Amino acid sequence: MERVPVLKIGDILLVSIQIDMSDQTALALQEDLAERIVETGARGVIIDITALDIVDSFIGRMLSTIASISRVLDAETVVVGMRPAVAITLVELGLSFNGIRTALNVERGMELIAASHDDLGPDEEMDDPEPGQAATSV
Amino acid sequence: MALTTEESGRLVGLLAMHAERVVQRWAEIVAASLRGRLSQAELRLQVQDLHRSMIDAGAEGLADIQSESAGELRAALAELSRGWARQGFSATETAVGLYALKDVLIELADSGEVELRDVITFSGLVDRMGLFTFETYVQTREGLIADQAEQLLELSTPVVKIWDGVVAVPLVGTLDSARAQVVMERLLQTLVDTGSPHAIIDITGVPAVDTQVAQHILKTVVAARLMGADCIISGIRPQIAQTIVALGIEFGDIATKASLADALRHVLRITGVDAARRQPRRDA
Repeated sequence: MERVPVLKIGDILLVSIQIDMSDQTALALQEDLAERIVETGARGVIIDITALDIVDSFIGRMLSTIASISRVLDAETVVVGMRPAVAITLVELGLSFNGIRTALNVERGMELIAASHDDLGPDEEMDDPEPGQAATSV
Repeated sequence: MALTTEESGRLVGLLAMHAERVVQRWAEIVAASLRGRLSQAELRLQVQDLHRSMIDAGAEGLADIQSESAGELRAALAELSRGWARQGFSATETAVGLYALKDVLIELADSGEVELRDVITFSGLVDRMGLFTFETYVQTREGLIADQAEQLLELSTPVVKIWDGVVAVPLVGTLDSARAQVVMERLLQTLVDTGSPHAIIDITGVPAVDTQVAQHILKTVVAARLMGADCIISGIRPQIAQTIVALGIEFGDIATKASLADALRHVLRITGVDAARRQPRRDA
């Protein structure tokens, strides 16, 4: 069975979907991802769907589920790289991704996650204190 | 009502015998109706062409304009009417260009060189030739209109980059489904290509906003959001604002601004660019 690789970049997990998703691969991805989030303590999950020509309700549900799982584990999910044709089709179908943040590309997605964690304030940064951060929190 | 071989033979004989006179009078009558928009020499050349291809077609038995032997003649007719349609001649003028031949035939009959019966028979053929010309004319015109509509579609939907990470679409003209689709596709593609997270849709040039236009704009905004870009609608004129409220159109949480400048300032404030305050505003 094909598996979708989960890559760790800093404190972000990157998932790039490049195969046709089936029930099994989707389930496997959810399990892998949950394990990796706990294992690495990742703060964000980026799901790259640049390679997907078709996004149907099945993929949509899978993305929603992944987002929910990540949220429970305190990681934010950003879906990146949706193609224009896919976006237009989703709008025409009236499907929407509730509770999922989107960004144009991986880079923007990483910025988004970084920005949302900056908003939480210096308390979050205690694990890896920088000189400047430590000074302000005292 | 097709011509018999004998009749078409008589026609060819007639056209060949009075060639000089027919071409001369034909060109004169057409020239009068065109009022000098085509040079006499050019017109004469075209009429001569037509005259020759009629004789050629007739020699093989010009039974009907749709018959196989009339292929050359049809091509000549099509060429003529296509040329005239492109030069902006009216349908009547194009048709008269051919019906002038009937006048010539009647003149020949007056001077007793053709029998009236033949004139009537030949008229039928000229009528069918005229109808064929007219059909080609309409086809050419329709082609022109289709081409222009396509060009208009391409011309009227530019997506411009107005700041780092900010693109704008100045919409000009009525927004129908086809144009909305083009605008949507082009905007979304530009967002991907440039990696811009902000888009401004400026509707200053849209004369009227009804529920359908609003629906198209909303769809575009939602699609852009799905891709991870934020859209702002700007350039809402006072009357349009009133119409939108009167129609009960809800833009939800989509940011709307009165002018493109306001929208840009809004985006710059979100992104934290300080350039908005670099030059002090005079009216402030």
